[in-house]
Amino acid sequence: MASTHALASGMGGMRTAGDLVARMQITRGMRLPQAKHYVAERLGCSVLDLSDTIAMHDLRRDFGLGRIQVQDLTYPDQPGAIEAKFHIAETLDVPVNSVECFKRHTTLARVRS
Amino acid sequence: MAHRIPTRLGDGSLAEMTPAEIEADLEAGVEAAIRRAKVDPLASDELAHLLDIFTSPARFSAVDYGDEVVLSFDGAGNGDTGLPVTEQVLYQNHHGADSIELWHHDYSYKAVRTVLSFQAQMMKDAQMQTVIPLNYGAMPDLGRYSKPDGSAENWSQLLPLGKIEEARRAQEDAIGLLEHDMLIVAETMIAAGADGLDFDTAGAAGDADLLATLRVVRQIRDRWPDIGVEVGQAGELVLGMHGQLEYEGRRLAGMWPLEQLRAVTAAGATIFGPAVNVNTTKSLAWNTARACALVKPVTAEATIPVHMNAGMGVGGVPMSPYPPVDATSRASRALVDILKLDGL
Repeated sequence: MASTHALASGMGGMRTAGDLVARMQITRGMRLPQAKHYVAERLGCSVLDLSDTIAMHDLRRDFGLGRIQVQDLTYPDQPGAIEAKFHIAETLDVPVNSVECFKRHTTLARVRS
Repeated sequence: MAHRIPTRLGDGSLAEMTPAEIEADLEAGVEAAIRRAKVDPLASDELAHLLDIFTSPARFSAVDYGDEVVLSFDGAGNGDTGLPVTEQVLYQNHHGADSIELWHHDYSYKAVRTVLSFQAQMMKDAQMQTVIPLNYGAMPDLGRYSKPDGSAENWSQLLPLGKIEEARRAQEDAIGLLEHDMLIVAETMIAAGADGLDFDTAGAAGDADLLATLRVVRQIRDRWPDIGVEVGQAGELVLGMHGQLEYEGRRLAGMWPLEQLRAVTAAGATIFGPAVNVNTTKSLAWNTARACALVKPVTAEATIPVHMNAGMGVGGVPMSPYPPVDATSRASRALVDILKLDGL
């Protein structure tokens, strides 16, 4: 069922910009058209590009937003997982809670206080 | 003899119907929504579009290019690997999820409280391994606080005895306990890095269940303004197990999706998830048309994203552990096309 929805009506998640649009909905409560336009503007692309795996594969590399490893396509020298979320927070200009926690926990003075 | 098209009933079983029968079911589904919830009918072009979707012989149906929506996936993962963190990664990498949700098998905030430190550690670990937004979700599940599972008197036993006031007091006692548990889980999950909280099937135990949820949503919004809050409803109508409870001056019992949206928005949620239950003996066309008519006023008025529930047994998707692809894709497309949803 999950895959059926993804194919029938989903943006495509991390293969596209689905997660970025979702982040604007979750964090800022933006409705879909507003969230799509916001993300497209921040990435300097069209709204249609946001659901296009080909366009977003390159854009995610350029902005360091994380890419999905697919068999022989690996990205060990690019940001992944928590690293990519630092770039997402900066690119979208929204706080990402796990990034804020990471910063707090890796700043020795704050850990000791 | 009229051409018969393979379609489904609400339980997922295969049925063959003529185009005229499907059209009649679409109209009857809308009429059922109008009769109960006093909503407006769908426009003629919307009904024509639904007819196109449900009379197509294609095995699969999908939205137009550019009309894709966000899939928030409450309860992400199948629970079959025994590796909850890995399942979040799988949903991110393999299922096209736009956001994911960590959860416990006993999907209830009261149950989660007993294993909270372990669940929070999983949240922290999962946040290190994922990129897309990762929420924590469970049911408010107010009934857990009544005897014999909880400490409050059992209102389901009091009501048949005609002890209405006692049943109301019992629910009010339980509200405080539920609020306390939900807030502690929220606080702990936010400290572990959660992007948001999901209160799934809110109102499952009636108006008191929903009131506790709304109060906690308000507290989360006030304390953590950047944390997401999704409220997914249990059904299209809030049951009046108490009957007199209000949120910001509005009676909760008897609320249909539009009034639910207003209450959830007032509480400060960032995503609203309306739910419309499936009638298993009616056709896919009837169920989807009814769901569209009930939720149309919601998306017309909403100022926050609307992610309609479209899992097994809600939103037109058949009540089956394996909803057929032909039915699920049609329901998915129909809801998005007609309602202009923000997500599913």
